[in-house]
Amino acid sequence: MSKDIRIKKGLDIKLVGEAEQVTTELPLGSVFAVKPDDFHGVIPKILAKEGTEVKAGEALFYSKSDERILFSSPVSGKVTEIVRGARRKVLAIKITADAQQEYKDFGKKDVDAMSGEEVKNHLFASGCWPFVKQRPYDVVANPNQAPKAIFVSAYASAPLAADYDYALKGKEAELQAALTALTKLTTGKVHVSVAANSTLSPFKGVKGVELHKVSGPHPSGNVSTQIAQISPINKGEVVWVVTPQDLVVIGELLLTGKFNITRTIALAGSKFNKPQYVTAKAGAQIADVVKGNLDADNARVISGNVLSGEQVGQEGFLGYYDNMITAIPEGDDYEFFGWNKPIFNKISASRALTFSWLNPKKKYDLNTNTNGEHRAFVVTGSYEEIFPLDIYPMQLLKACMYKDLDEMEGLGAYEIAPEDFALTEFICVSKQPHQKIIREGLDLMREELG
Amino acid sequence: MGLKQNLHNLKEKYKGTKMAPAFNAIHTFLYLPNETTHGGTHIKAADDLKRTMNTVIMALVPCLLFGMFNAGYQHNAAINGFTEGMSFFSGDFWNMDNFLVGLTKILPLVIVSYLVGLVIEFIFAVIKGHEVEEGYLVTGMLVPLIVPVDLPLWMLAVAVAFGVVIGKEVFGGTGMNILNPALTIRAFLFFAYPTWMSGDKVWVHGAVEAAGTADAISGETVLGSLAQSQPISYSVSDMFFGFIPGSVGETSTLLILLGALFLIFTKIGSWRIMLSSVIGALVMGFIFNQVVDMGWVGETSKFYGLMSLDFWKHLLIGGFAFGAVYMATDPVTAAQTNKGKWIYGFLIGFISIMIRVFNPAYPEGVMLAILLMNVFAPTIDHYVVQGNVKRRLKRLKAKTA
Repeated sequence: MSKDIRIKKGLDIKLVGEAEQVTTELPLGSVFAVKPDDFHGVIPKILAKEGTEVKAGEALFYSKSDERILFSSPVSGKVTEIVRGARRKVLAIKITADAQQEYKDFGKKDVDAMSGEEVKNHLFASGCWPFVKQRPYDVVANPNQAPKAIFVSAYASAPLAADYDYALKGKEAELQAALTALTKLTTGKVHVSVAANSTLSPFKGVKGVELHKVSGPHPSGNVSTQIAQISPINKGEVVWVVTPQDLVVIGELLLTGKFNITRTIALAGSKFNKPQYVTAKAGAQIADVVKGNLDADNARVISGNVLSGEQVGQEGFLGYYDNMITAIPEGDDYEFFGWNKPIFNKISASRALTFSWLNPKKKYDLNTNTNGEHRAFVVTGSYEEIFPLDIYPMQLLKACMYKDLDEMEGLGAYEIAPEDFALTEFICVSKQPHQKIIREGLDLMREELG
Repeated sequence: MGLKQNLHNLKEKYKGTKMAPAFNAIHTFLYLPNETTHGGTHIKAADDLKRTMNTVIMALVPCLLFGMFNAGYQHNAAINGFTEGMSFFSGDFWNMDNFLVGLTKILPLVIVSYLVGLVIEFIFAVIKGHEVEEGYLVTGMLVPLIVPVDLPLWMLAVAVAFGVVIGKEVFGGTGMNILNPALTIRAFLFFAYPTWMSGDKVWVHGAVEAAGTADAISGETVLGSLAQSQPISYSVSDMFFGFIPGSVGETSTLLILLGALFLIFTKIGSWRIMLSSVIGALVMGFIFNQVVDMGWVGETSKFYGLMSLDFWKHLLIGGFAFGAVYMATDPVTAAQTNKGKWIYGFLIGFISIMIRVFNPAYPEGVMLAILLMNVFAPTIDHYVVQGNVKRRLKRLKAKTA
């Protein structure tokens, strides 16, 4: 059974450099890193000290809040360095990979015969639990709460996003196994949403879940948008969220007993000579993944998409959850009378001598210039045009800024993740950091309200 | 290395000093800054606040130019006699004589308004160490357009200083103010120097000096004569085109309408506020027409003149059109929710006409209506937002029940 979700409000940001549907198998790089910051809100307790030999799937650290939640090494090798920052905060755990990869064996499982508790324990032990994230707060799920439903968005609407239909091709068995496992974790339903116009989706034939067809502009692919349409989160409720690329890892674990976090990753953006797909493991060094393809001169390299990804640079590492690397030009140059002359080569939500409305299909080569300086909130009504949730975005942002917990709660802070405010941040004429404001607001709520 | 590099070097040199905001304000006028994104989205849309404000100014320029011609036209016509039934492009109106009179009177108003306002903005930016915000660009343009042409410059300077400091900076600057700064300035003038802001001597250049002499000229606005129950001496087309006495930029309903269409098209101005205030004004005007038709108010009543005016003519006279398009839509002081904007705009129109009719001493009600609704806008928003909050709570109740 499938249901249609049509989103009207939003904005598709079309950029040049979409990944061509060709996949190159890359050789395994030498250095990998797992960054605890990828798991927002987790305070790491190190298990593998410097010098320890680990297999792929062996735990590197666990979460201080729940010692059952383990975080695994993506490769087998030797922990060579634990990078620490201010106040000895762990920034990254670097592993030098072995030439011959060894996987820790977690044993094949028959998913149908497992109980919810067994599935949970298996995910804990294998380091797959961090793939399950929760709303509210957009953090790794708290295993002690019961989710009312689990959501998977298999439609990526973000700019240049990796096409799930292509990247997950041939993984039907893994997806089915993982989804079956997820159905054991909730008394509610498991909802999967695919693009309405998708014909090749590997989710087409899956059983035991509720399938939804999504259409409309970005952020229709954001899972919060879909949750709001299917079953909005109320105070006190929890839903869990898993991405399709992580389902594949969970599925492979269940079918083969191995923790194999190899993904098909999109290299996209105008700074790639040949935007395409490659295979790489999470935590791989960016330089290894983009070798020979990146035009490194004045490029911004991002792990993730241009709206909510993280700036990494070539020395950085692929984020634990990310399935794409974007490279766009840096915009650190002045533009003569850039604030008042007519603009044809940038996207705008208004028509104030900006002409992107003339040609909605055109692809743009945007750079990282802010196109203006930070200002107080002035303009009203523009966020609402592109924000599909039944929430007042500016009022919620302001509530987060002045830290009024009651108001945040009332205005719907339980339903959102920072990424939902990426589009409003993009079009904001006051250049306010919306995602950061929301993240800090959610952190405060989590701290105060639990 | 050219201007760009030199300015860049200067910027680096002054970085972190007290004067940096003042320098940057000028620098960013020439060049879009070289700032790149960090954290958050890596790309940003093309518009910034400067572009937004600039769009409003572009919509105001036709009104300013028209105001200059009209100032001269009213002056010369008061001496030499009016031309009947002029078309909009009539050479009797658009000529150098008229323009030069207006230019010499109005350009100083514009310069004083910007100079005083921007200096205060710069001082506050330097003291508080934040960038100079663009809010005053529009305010500074609005102010000369909503004052009488002969207003002494020192009065304008005092009023601007008052309006910017008390109306805006004490609340925390652009984006934080409760009252529309341009209207705060006008209200200050209105109550501090009423003889220069109302009556029948101030709307036409030269009328004050000529008063009491053999060459005395009368420059009553349409509203003013209606308030005294005198018949309108201007044709509808004159009023629509704007060949009537009044504040500098408020007279031409035609150009204001074009400006409104431009603002709506560029998505800068809120069509909800504009439309709903027009509806509000029409409704109130219509009610008054009905009251007159029912015979409840006789011709001897002092309200008769304005009350019996055909309801749609209220849109053509006085500052209503200008206020509804350029002042009520100020996003900072207006209601901020879409539903709130409908209520806010409607009440502005409604109350404007009510004040107009019932308070002939101050026949222009738009200014007071907008200021009043500025004060109530947060309240309107509060109830609109509470509606959303309640809906969310209801959803929870339906679930648990």
